[in-house]
Amino acid sequence: MAMAKPIATTRSAAGMSTGKLAVWWLIASEIVIFGGVLAGYIMHRLGHPDWAYQAVHTNTMAGATNTFVLLTSSLFAVLAHNAAEMGDGKKAAKFLYLTVGGAVMFLIIKSFEWTYEISHGYTITASTFWAFYYTAAGIHAMHVIVGALIMIWVAGMAKRNVELQRVELIGIYWHFVDLVWIFLFPLLYIAK
Amino acid sequence: MIHAFIPQASTFAGDIDFVIDLIFWLVLPFFLLSEFCIFWFVAKFRHKEGGKAQYITGEKAHETKWVTWPHFLILAFDVLIIYFAVGVWYDVKQQLPEADRTVRVIGQQWAWTFVHPGPDGELDTPDDIELNDELHLEDGVTYHYQLQSRDVLHSFSIPAFRLKQDAVPGRTITGWFTPNRVGEYDFQCAEMCGVGHGLMVARTYVHSPEDYKVWLAEHGGVASLSPTAN
Amino acid sequence: MADAAHAHEHHDDHHHGPTFAEKWLFQSTDHKMIGMQYMFIGMAMAAIGGYFAYAFRMQLAFPGMHVPGFGVVGPNEYNALVTNHGTIMIFWVAMPVLIAAMGNFLIPLMIGADDMVFPRLNRLSVQIFFVSALVLIASFFVQGGGFGGAWTAYPPLSSTPEYSLTPMGATLWVVAVALEFAAFLMGGINFITTTMNSRAPGMKWFDIPVVVWMIVIASILFMASVGPLIAGAVMLAFDQAIGTNFFDPNQGGDPVLWQHLFWFFGHPEVYVVLLPALGIVAEIITVFSRKKLFGYKTVLYTAFGTGILSFFVWAHHQFISGIDPRMANLFTITTLLISIPIAEMLFVYIATLYGGQIRLTTPMLWGLAFIVEFLIGGVTGIFLGASGADIYFHDTYFVLAHFHYTFFPIAIIGVYAGITHWFPKMFGRMMSERLGKIHFWGTVIPFNLIFIPLFVLGAAGQHRRIYSYEHFPDLATPDLQQLRVIATLALVTMLTFQVIFLWNFFWSMFKGEKAPKNPWRASTLEWTTPSPPGHGNWPPDEMPSVYRGPYEYSHPDCDDDFWPQDQPA
Repeated sequence: MAMAKPIATTRSAAGMSTGKLAVWWLIASEIVIFGGVLAGYIMHRLGHPDWAYQAVHTNTMAGATNTFVLLTSSLFAVLAHNAAEMGDGKKAAKFLYLTVGGAVMFLIIKSFEWTYEISHGYTITASTFWAFYYTAAGIHAMHVIVGALIMIWVAGMAKRNVELQRVELIGIYWHFVDLVWIFLFPLLYIAK
Repeated sequence: MIHAFIPQASTFAGDIDFVIDLIFWLVLPFFLLSEFCIFWFVAKFRHKEGGKAQYITGEKAHETKWVTWPHFLILAFDVLIIYFAVGVWYDVKQQLPEADRTVRVIGQQWAWTFVHPGPDGELDTPDDIELNDELHLEDGVTYHYQLQSRDVLHSFSIPAFRLKQDAVPGRTITGWFTPNRVGEYDFQCAEMCGVGHGLMVARTYVHSPEDYKVWLAEHGGVASLSPTAN
Repeated sequence: MADAAHAHEHHDDHHHGPTFAEKWLFQSTDHKMIGMQYMFIGMAMAAIGGYFAYAFRMQLAFPGMHVPGFGVVGPNEYNALVTNHGTIMIFWVAMPVLIAAMGNFLIPLMIGADDMVFPRLNRLSVQIFFVSALVLIASFFVQGGGFGGAWTAYPPLSSTPEYSLTPMGATLWVVAVALEFAAFLMGGINFITTTMNSRAPGMKWFDIPVVVWMIVIASILFMASVGPLIAGAVMLAFDQAIGTNFFDPNQGGDPVLWQHLFWFFGHPEVYVVLLPALGIVAEIITVFSRKKLFGYKTVLYTAFGTGILSFFVWAHHQFISGIDPRMANLFTITTLLISIPIAEMLFVYIATLYGGQIRLTTPMLWGLAFIVEFLIGGVTGIFLGASGADIYFHDTYFVLAHFHYTFFPIAIIGVYAGITHWFPKMFGRMMSERLGKIHFWGTVIPFNLIFIPLFVLGAAGQHRRIYSYEHFPDLATPDLQQLRVIATLALVTMLTFQVIFLWNFFWSMFKGEKAPKNPWRASTLEWTTPSPPGHGNWPPDEMPSVYRGPYEYSHPDCDDDFWPQDQPA
């Protein structure tokens, strides 16, 4: 059911491309969602310091490594965008695949981390701290997975120099995912 | 206004009623004037054959003043209302006068438990009087209440006192009241607490000092320290 | 374009327009079709919500009776009925009809575009919305029955199956609401991006019709406020299903946290539905008084101001909940201040009537009724925003009557206003004015007879969500019971009159007088298309350009009493 794109999509009365407007809208709504989780966590923790001591058991080394991994993957996303700007779809795709590689590494490290914690009794029901920990990091991980999948799809098209503007858009999303982690890391791993 | 429906049975009931009445009388003229304008304009400006409407942008100063002035008036009235409302709020919820007596109010699915001090006047002593769904108070005595819940959120409400407070599990919330009218009054649960929410019926009994002594004697024995009381 | 051959664009041909599969399997991406899908789902859900109200009000008027068409309403049925009545009316009636139906149908037409910028995302949003409705309905039929913890779903009642006694119902309820949120977040992308980017050439920011602005602002408000509740809903679902303890104090949880997350969204949400209704009223009163809106910019700025302020008032729902009492004073101040921009908007609408040439058509009657009734809702809110007074009124029927005097104008009066006004454009036929007026009076008069008694009952100390007052001596008096009976009989009368609307609606759709392009002689762009518009709204080489604002009625330089936006000077 191939349909022609509406004329509406070709207009730009606000001066910004519709794709970019849409991504920023998405980011804004995600900021409020994550903001809610984190605000809830902070409010709760300040009001009930008794369960906060559980934070001592998180694996700061794993968290720090993952922070580095994500930051590097964001760098690759920036390089992908540069390549796309210059019209080099193949190069952009390559960098996007490297970004996805970073995502995969992030998830692998996280699986080891969580397997260890769960097998030592720190499950989601163990205490309110762990409930927040798994929920916040879990929702974040879901965004990493979805972002990686979309990135693979965008890379597939970019390789053929199709829809290159989407490289920037998925990059914006990826930076956001990275930014959320920058907030999660100190709250879950450093504030002990 | 409220006192037309339900008596004022606590020392702050009158203050709360005053705030309610104040709001009513301040808001009423605005409300009536606005409604009147709507009906009057509709009647006055019904379309006539060949008539043309006025072209008013609502952006000139002599036009906006009709909206701006009512504005400032509302602001002034708001300030007045805030002043009195906050005053009453402070009185009832923020400060805690010295208590003559303390009662414990415990909500659970789906009944109320009231722990009254016995003849010794102290809570958590052997002569405490624990009743379900009946709260017995003495006229003119200042009470602290310790409000607790055993399971979900409940809320204790005595409309005749104009008093209400949610009970939160895991916490003891303290407040005060002084009954000042002998009688019997409804005690309702004011927070949805499950299937039996509407069945958490309780009754507040405000006794005269003499009747209170009688009630106390019926339930707790004389003020000797009988360890077997209740 | 090849699209012209597609059958699913022609709405006046419901028999052989969209095929059965295309209509029912939600295959169309046309904004008008999607708007109507939202509208029909909303109307069906309104019938369910109204039916629930009928059942629980019959119980209140005649406790213990076998309610015809329902059965006996015991305490757990009662709780499920009131919970889902509220939930349905807000999330599956007010929001879909006012925002998604009106927004989808009107926005591209009013800004001179041929569709939304993300048609397939638009279709996905209505599909998810439909699923959310099914999930909610499913929750009524599972073991234990539908969720009965009030639409506010405070834990620990809502988070713990042992307390709620509706283990599956409670979780399905949360999932349904979360899906609805997802659908509206997706819809919002379209409203905002399309309005910002796809306006007709020449349409500047201040030439956009107010209803479009209002839907855009409402979408932004929704997006900015719903996030924390989505987080909360995930936490609640986890507490329910896997035994975490976000909200149960037994293991470090805090029930009041949910309240903050809920009301941080809950208060802006009322403006999310109010603003579009106000927008609809603005369109109607300008057309039918032949007058420019009094202070277009004022309306816009107060809408923005209200939206921003609405984020700072939420805890007025929690004065009594055990929050720090000092916080309550802050929220009293902000809450009373927010009455100012709303009052300003209402004054502006009243001022728009001045000097007009008013025609009391059915849409105009609904538009005026909105202002008349909403004023009552607005002023009674002051009693609740003032903390000292709220000590008495919280959780009483006074609150209930207040929010029905705001929500009913929003979700019912505003909706009828919108439907009767744009019906000719949607279906290409006129509704019957006579039936419209009978329906109007038969709705508005009983409405007041339902809720004025409830104000009185609230003043007499009657609390909410209680299935029978027989056991409360102070409330079981014959006088008060009589008020309950009056309210119930008025509701039954009002519901009966809705049959007239349904008849008018469906009969006119097929047999009504054919509608011209611009039956109301209005100046906004949607009235320059055929009734109903074809796919793409205008022929691609005849897309409109805009030369003036949306409300140039009775302009001194114009012979006619309206000057369409697309007419060159």
